[in-house]
Amino acid sequence: MTTELSHLDRLENQSIFIIREAYSQFRNVAMLWSIGKDSTTLLWLVRKAFFGKIPFPVVHIDTTYKFKEIYDFRDKYASQWGLNLIVAKNDEAISKGMGPKSGKFVCCNELKTVALKQAIAKHHFKALYLGIRRDEHGIRAKERVFSPRDEDFEWDYKNQPPELWDQYKTKAAEEEHLRVHPLLGWRELDVWEYVKRENLPVVELYFAKNGKRYRSIGCHTCCMPVASDADTLEKIVEELRVSKVSERSGRAQDKESDYTMQKLRSLGYM
Amino acid sequence: MDVLSFVIVGHVDHGKSTLIGRLLYDTDSLAPDKIEEMKRASEGRGRETEFAYLLDHLEEERKQGITIDTTQVFFKTDKKRYVIIDAPGHVEFVKNMITGASQAEAAVLIIDVNEGVREQTKRHSYMLSLLGLGQVVVVLNKMDLVGFSQQRFNQVKDEAQKWLASIGIEPLVYIPISAIRGDNITKRSENIDWHKGPTFLEILDTLKNRLSAKDKPLILPVQDVYKIDDNRINAGRVEAGVINTGDSIKILPGGQTTQVKSIEKFIRKPTSAVASECIGFITSDSVFLNRGDIVCLPGSEPAVTDRIPASIFWMSRRDLDKAEKLIIRCATQETTCKIEAITKRIDSATLQVIEQNAGLLKNLEVAEVVIKTKKPLAIKDFNDVQELGRFVLVRDENICAGGIITTVR
Repeated sequence: MTTELSHLDRLENQSIFIIREAYSQFRNVAMLWSIGKDSTTLLWLVRKAFFGKIPFPVVHIDTTYKFKEIYDFRDKYASQWGLNLIVAKNDEAISKGMGPKSGKFVCCNELKTVALKQAIAKHHFKALYLGIRRDEHGIRAKERVFSPRDEDFEWDYKNQPPELWDQYKTKAAEEEHLRVHPLLGWRELDVWEYVKRENLPVVELYFAKNGKRYRSIGCHTCCMPVASDADTLEKIVEELRVSKVSERSGRAQDKESDYTMQKLRSLGYM
Repeated sequence: MDVLSFVIVGHVDHGKSTLIGRLLYDTDSLAPDKIEEMKRASEGRGRETEFAYLLDHLEEERKQGITIDTTQVFFKTDKKRYVIIDAPGHVEFVKNMITGASQAEAAVLIIDVNEGVREQTKRHSYMLSLLGLGQVVVVLNKMDLVGFSQQRFNQVKDEAQKWLASIGIEPLVYIPISAIRGDNITKRSENIDWHKGPTFLEILDTLKNRLSAKDKPLILPVQDVYKIDDNRINAGRVEAGVINTGDSIKILPGGQTTQVKSIEKFIRKPTSAVASECIGFITSDSVFLNRGDIVCLPGSEPAVTDRIPASIFWMSRRDLDKAEKLIIRCATQETTCKIEAITKRIDSATLQVIEQNAGLLKNLEVAEVVIKTKKPLAIKDFNDVQELGRFVLVRDENICAGGIITTVR
């Protein structure tokens, strides 16, 4: 009567295991929800891990430059799923007119990383769940499942702690917080197959309109759609099975120079 | 389609990252912009196309031409999907290599045929044998540098074979390759027509997944307990066997018995769950479970002991002092412990016994020890149920050693 678990079942169970490990260790945690497909998948897994009652806040780092569809989606499901939603903004930088015109690197750093630092300082979170995946970027492929950040939020990528089997890092005094990455082993295609299997809602921007769709969403100022006719989940899954275009090819912050992502991440970027 | 994870290990500069880069390139697994980036970065550093740059993404890695930390990439053939784990070959980063290898089901040991067996070739393969990674493929790289000489191949193969036999590893095959030129990676090499065995890609498709533990007696370590709507839901992952509603279960180390009243998942209440599934469950009596309790079936209990004989590998620059207190974590069990005896201190690159009944242990050394734990732990032989047969030692919130239990009384 016992059957083998499918690939998606294995990924789901591994993620739930990681989510529960982090909560067991820290209690005072939060998850970052960018409202994209990955963190919405993560949110769904978190709901599964805690039987629908998430025992911690869900944080949206709002640059104020997000697509309107993202805000609509956030408000709809925050209410429908009964989330304890914290919207975090770097108000000071925004009031001074910070935007991509000031330079993409400084804008990402101010409106995302600094806003995140402010939110952590205010709520004293010990760990944060993030929906990053190894196959998104060469730098993210080097991440640990539990990844410490020091008081300056820096990621010491040259000296990462060992991570054996399913035994993860515990937080040391000099470490500001730990980043927890339950989706690290998922591929983009896995996420979409899972979204389809679980019938999860995702922001409309992912579906093609007039021959274009977004593969990756963030700020409307720095995201470009890719050519695509995939206007249903089935078509997206099919497209990714054959496509060789990089997922983040429409994302500006990956392109500034070869090491922009490494520099942003070492300073605390997601 | 099955997914198999394998790690590539070996001495620094023997070509691990290059082999993976070449494999991805020759199987058309790369996005055009990734190839573009590799070429641009290679030219920027005044080099020919550097396949290793597909994996070595850190600026420091490219500057120094070495891999610093382990990376995982995805790749597929018509038959199978793979997670490839690249591991650094430099002695300074052995803990990163072990991190990578601990996630793998099979291993590829790469040896520069020009240089032969070196220090990290030995140390890495010894770590594989400690980690129970018996499924090993050996590739002898840089055949182009020795004029594709069969004689040189056989020389190095003999050298490797002797070492591997001494640590109990019997490789599936030895393949002569040139990662940089693509010989015997995905295509049979015309330069090496004397090699009648498989290409690298062909052997990959024959590797096997780790067997599921579902046919063994139940082991379910409790991860956490949630109070939801007046219920105490015990959360945990089934590590071995099956759990069914109505099963009589025993809780270790306390020894209480009770029944499974219900199995809980989000919105669903399945009647059973198998190894690898994360579940919640409610007991029929009000037995108070805690994180670290091990749920099993009466009559099939793992050993419960406060004295654990094990092999450990030390991964900290600060020596282990036999007198110090550490934390041991085995599955979700955690307690303080002391190393009661360091029976043998072993050099992991030579297998030489440095000292018997030692008082300390240094970075990268392996040892046979007896650990005395403050609270008793439920343990199994590593070859029976891995999750209860392996552990980590923690000092100052850092994992400083991994351990394997192979003699359970």
